[in-house]
Amino acid sequence: MSDHLPILLIVLPLIAAPLCVLVGNRKVAYVVALAAAWCTFAIALTLITQVTRSGPIHYNIGDWAPPYGIEYVVDSFSGFVMLFVAGIGALVLSYAPPSIKAEIPQSKHYLFYATYMLCMTGLLGICATGDLFNVFVFLEISSLSSYALISLGRSRRAPLAALQYLILGSIGATFILIGIGLLYQMTGTLNMADIASRLDTHHGPRTMLVSFAFLTVGLCIKMAVFPLHRWLPGAYTYAPSVVTCFIAATSTKVSVYAFARVVFGIFTPDFAFEQLSLNTGLMILALIGIFGTSITAIFQDNVKRMLAFSSVAQIGYMLLGISMANQSGLTAGIIHMFNHALIKGGLFMVAGCFALRLGSVNLSDWQGAGRTMPWTSFAWVVGGLGLIGVPLTAGFVSKWLLLTAAVQSELWPVAVLMLLSSLLALVYIWRVVESLYFAETSQRAADAVDAPLQMLVPTYILIGAILVFGVWTTYPFDLASEAASTLLGAPTP
Amino acid sequence: MTTFPIIRVVTKLLIPYILLFAFYVQFHGDFGPGGGFQAGVILASGLILYGLVFGLPAVQSVAPPRTIERLMALGVLIYAGTGIATILLGGKFLDYSALEHNFYPHYFPSGQHLGIFLVEAGVGVTVTSVMTMIFYAFAGRNSVE
Repeated sequence: MSDHLPILLIVLPLIAAPLCVLVGNRKVAYVVALAAAWCTFAIALTLITQVTRSGPIHYNIGDWAPPYGIEYVVDSFSGFVMLFVAGIGALVLSYAPPSIKAEIPQSKHYLFYATYMLCMTGLLGICATGDLFNVFVFLEISSLSSYALISLGRSRRAPLAALQYLILGSIGATFILIGIGLLYQMTGTLNMADIASRLDTHHGPRTMLVSFAFLTVGLCIKMAVFPLHRWLPGAYTYAPSVVTCFIAATSTKVSVYAFARVVFGIFTPDFAFEQLSLNTGLMILALIGIFGTSITAIFQDNVKRMLAFSSVAQIGYMLLGISMANQSGLTAGIIHMFNHALIKGGLFMVAGCFALRLGSVNLSDWQGAGRTMPWTSFAWVVGGLGLIGVPLTAGFVSKWLLLTAAVQSELWPVAVLMLLSSLLALVYIWRVVESLYFAETSQRAADAVDAPLQMLVPTYILIGAILVFGVWTTYPFDLASEAASTLLGAPTP
Repeated sequence: MTTFPIIRVVTKLLIPYILLFAFYVQFHGDFGPGGGFQAGVILASGLILYGLVFGLPAVQSVAPPRTIERLMALGVLIYAGTGIATILLGGKFLDYSALEHNFYPHYFPSGQHLGIFLVEAGVGVTVTSVMTMIFYAFAGRNSVE
């Protein structure tokens, strides 16, 4: 059975989803989904161990040899991304029940679990597959299920936010599909490694440029890169808390993964960065994005909205690393994907705990909750320190690596701006800490008690992981640097 | 619905042929143009026509929303289950050659043929029910729960 792990990783949640619908009972559906999620995580863990021990794993679906058949490839990059997607997926699902009970009508619970499983299938599928069209299909599976999940939000703005995301997301998906279509037209193949070997990046036709442009813009929408991020704040703010935790921690990172694969695996950095200087464009957008959205975040009263804007800024850091296109920059970008997934997942989980007990995510209602909900509030402090990048937290590791990479590439302005932008994170995190601990207790906070253990324990596992990976840096660092060298070394995924 | 007798009579005449044609497209998809998706759409169009002419309650008593919802899931399970079956029989995922058998091979499809048959059946079930569900969702906003 162990030969089939790459496909089981995808098929397990895919089977769990219809099972949830078939049983139709919310408790049984939850057990099915939870079991599938943790099994998926176990598979992802086994896969990454196998990959680090004996190199990339290839799996031919239907036993058709690539490039004719569809091939699944697990290497250190995809394995790493799958690991944290599956891990956070399972952890968020363990945390989910009390929050869902409060925020989603009971008759829809089993559908929620089914959609959640589908979303996980899509995100993991993007990482696993070596076939470009498959990437599109999985991207659509994950996006369509996220639209549905977001629209479940309690407020009446949730369906509107989901519709906004749907429109922009569909434009992005269309662009990606056009890009893929043009690549297929040029090379006659959809296997990513095969496309890369057939594409003449130096003397190719102009079609290549057009296809690259479509793919880049499409993926930038999905990644929520600065000027194309308009869908993100609304979607994260109005989605149910659990959905925000999962999507914020995983979905944009997986799009960054797909982007890195397209740029490094198919078009080669030489074409994208030397001939087209996409790196300068990305760097400028990333920096404007980091400052623009961090400053916007400072002025938000809605904490989920604040964190959403901060997410756009953090995507900027990942792109900074990727746009340096060298070993140290890429390592920093990839490790920041992992660290930010932990940190943002953790912070949104804390926000979910507050939302459950206070019934609100507005800062004015959180005032003084530090006294009545000490454990939940302390989790916020630790997660916040991680987001700022204080030493001994995971956030510090990625920012330090990014800084050294910028200095090594002699990008002094980037290094200085990065340090300045961390101060902005300090401001918006501090605003919440100040309200929690030093403000007069609000009416809602006065009668609140700490979040239930079922939510606190997973939250603390994720928050603890921020501290663990802030000290035990070798594990993610080794994985990320290996992933970076696979991206830079061989153009095959 | 007591008016428009022509429409009602013609619909009643047409629906069996629509359904029959759907099954033809489904089961002939292995040999010629067609397959689960097209067949599913045609089958659903039969149901939708019935709903349009005789009203939502009539079609929902034939195909209750909860059943349709389960069928949506069942189709996906048939598809994925075929893949799991091939793994259990020693092949790769969706490797239909693993489905080769010697049980009256002239009457029952086997190997690649059986695999495609099963997968297309799954697609047909899901597409039929999804199309019907979309119609239900548009036709009666409060009836789909």
